[in-house]
Amino acid sequence: MNLIIPLIIGVLFSASLFLMFQKSFFKLIIGVILFGYATTFFLFTVGGVTKNAPPLLSEAEVAVDQLADPLPQALTLTAIVISIGVQLFVIVLLKKVYEEVGTEDLDELNTTDKIK
Amino acid sequence: MTDTIPTLLLFPLWVLLAAFIFCIFSWNRAKVQAAIAIVAGFLYLAAAAGLFMEVYRNGIQVIQIGNWPAPFGITLVADLLAAGMVLISAVVAFAIILYSLQDISAARKKKGFYPVLLVMMFGVCGSFLTGDIFNLYVWFEVMLVASFVLIVLGNSKKQLEGAVKYVTLSFISSGFLLTGSAILYKLTGTLNMADLSVAIAQHPNQELITVSAVFFLTGFGIKAALFPFFSWLPASYPTPPISVVGLMAGLLTKVGVYALIRFFTLLYTYDVPATHSVLLVLAGLTMFFGVLGAIAQRNFKKILSSHIVSQIGYMIMGLALFTPLAIAGSIFYIIHHILVKTNLFLISGIVKITNGHYALRKLGGVYDRYPFITVLFAVSAFSLAGIPPLSGFWGKFILAKAGLASEAYLIVAVSLLVGLLTLFSISKIWVSVFWSASPESDSNPPQLDGRTLFRRYYCLLLASVFLTLCTLGISFYPDFLISFLEQTAEQLLNPDSYINAVLKK
Repeated sequence: MNLIIPLIIGVLFSASLFLMFQKSFFKLIIGVILFGYATTFFLFTVGGVTKNAPPLLSEAEVAVDQLADPLPQALTLTAIVISIGVQLFVIVLLKKVYEEVGTEDLDELNTTDKIK
Repeated sequence: MTDTIPTLLLFPLWVLLAAFIFCIFSWNRAKVQAAIAIVAGFLYLAAAAGLFMEVYRNGIQVIQIGNWPAPFGITLVADLLAAGMVLISAVVAFAIILYSLQDISAARKKKGFYPVLLVMMFGVCGSFLTGDIFNLYVWFEVMLVASFVLIVLGNSKKQLEGAVKYVTLSFISSGFLLTGSAILYKLTGTLNMADLSVAIAQHPNQELITVSAVFFLTGFGIKAALFPFFSWLPASYPTPPISVVGLMAGLLTKVGVYALIRFFTLLYTYDVPATHSVLLVLAGLTMFFGVLGAIAQRNFKKILSSHIVSQIGYMIMGLALFTPLAIAGSIFYIIHHILVKTNLFLISGIVKITNGHYALRKLGGVYDRYPFITVLFAVSAFSLAGIPPLSGFWGKFILAKAGLASEAYLIVAVSLLVGLLTLFSISKIWVSVFWSASPESDSNPPQLDGRTLFRRYYCLLLASVFLTLCTLGISFYPDFLISFLEQTAEQLLNPDSYINAVLKK
């Protein structure tokens, strides 16, 4: 458990960056989505991942160390909503670009870079 | 004693939010929205001025949202830097709204230009005022999503292409911010900036703190267009209509610079020689490569966009030198640059109306036909290049003096060289747009004489004159500004007053 989660996060980050470096629009979209997952998952893990510790305590108990910190979970929810919004924007934007430019190669989006 | 709630702190945000809601209710009625926006722009300016005077007289204003005590709830703080940035953003926003009345096409207005613009200003204002790093991330996202919409509004091919680069890199930058905040929260257990400042200074594991510093440097560096991350800026900024470019060029990158100043004066000061020498190297490279880009370009808007990159370098240089004088110079430079750069873009838009082009080789003869525009341009352009009595000179002078005082001769040499190259690229615009005869090849340019231009496009000229007057104001009456800058720099370098105000010690 302690090893698996960091590995997953690492794989998500590297896969997303790898995909974003590719030329295809579709891979860019997948890369953006994975990057969003990687960051939110990292934020989630920061609060601690515990199991078999239900948040039901009697009044005398204060068993904080067994429980996950709830604040990063709340932050994660906010971050998920925001990143989904941006991901949807990216998808619509790339569809519009495809219609307008007629290519799905990112390297061909260079009209704004030309010096004339 | 009942604590009086410093409501002045909330007025700028309220004005923008209320104006946005009114705009939503009058969807599809562009004229009503324009009227709301211009009133909101004026009220925002008034509210920002009120907040600034309050902070200047009575010190740092703090408000705890929902009345949760400081390290737990979300805090809004206005210290001198934040209040000053809100004020300058309000000045620019007012000018831009005025300009947009006659610049933005009816189709774009109908698709919701004004509501989105107000939301973006809401995000900018919130980023300046927040005192909580996760909240800062959220304000950044508000600002970014609105700016995404503004940059593609109208759906021209160039806008869409520029937007792909802008959106992708912005998304990565906010991912970095989020990761950085997660690391900091794990290490210190708090997100409040004042509380973090205390916790970081005492934290045993400085290495991991440095890792989070790198994440924030990258995240804000992408936003501020620092050296290795600036490629999105010249690609995307010149594409949308001038009102949008002017606002983004003036404000958005400066929000990144503001955040860098905030983080590297309040939080990451445990090892100044190491962190700030990295910043210094980045500052030098940013200046140099930005101005090289400007020299290579042959288009009015693109030259101005590349200049933004090189000017960001000066601001970061002041932060990196980390002496009171240098920080003051850096903030002076931000204020000067916001006014001047926005104004230059506005003037390029006016020149476009007279000739229909941005490409330098198709322009010419503006000096003969429109001497008034030439004067406006000359004030801003020579201020940008740093010709003595104008504001850019004072900015460069303060920074160079601070650099010599801390014996950073190399960066001073680079900054002076870059100043010279800036002058060269500005003179390229000056010669081919204003001095040269208008090109013969142009079959029928829309020949307006100066008076018709003024009568038909008075909003554009008024906005530009307003910003020019502000530039002249800070050039010739810098006394008030200098005392403000000294106090701001002192507040930033001794964060105790900020921490005490927030944590109510």
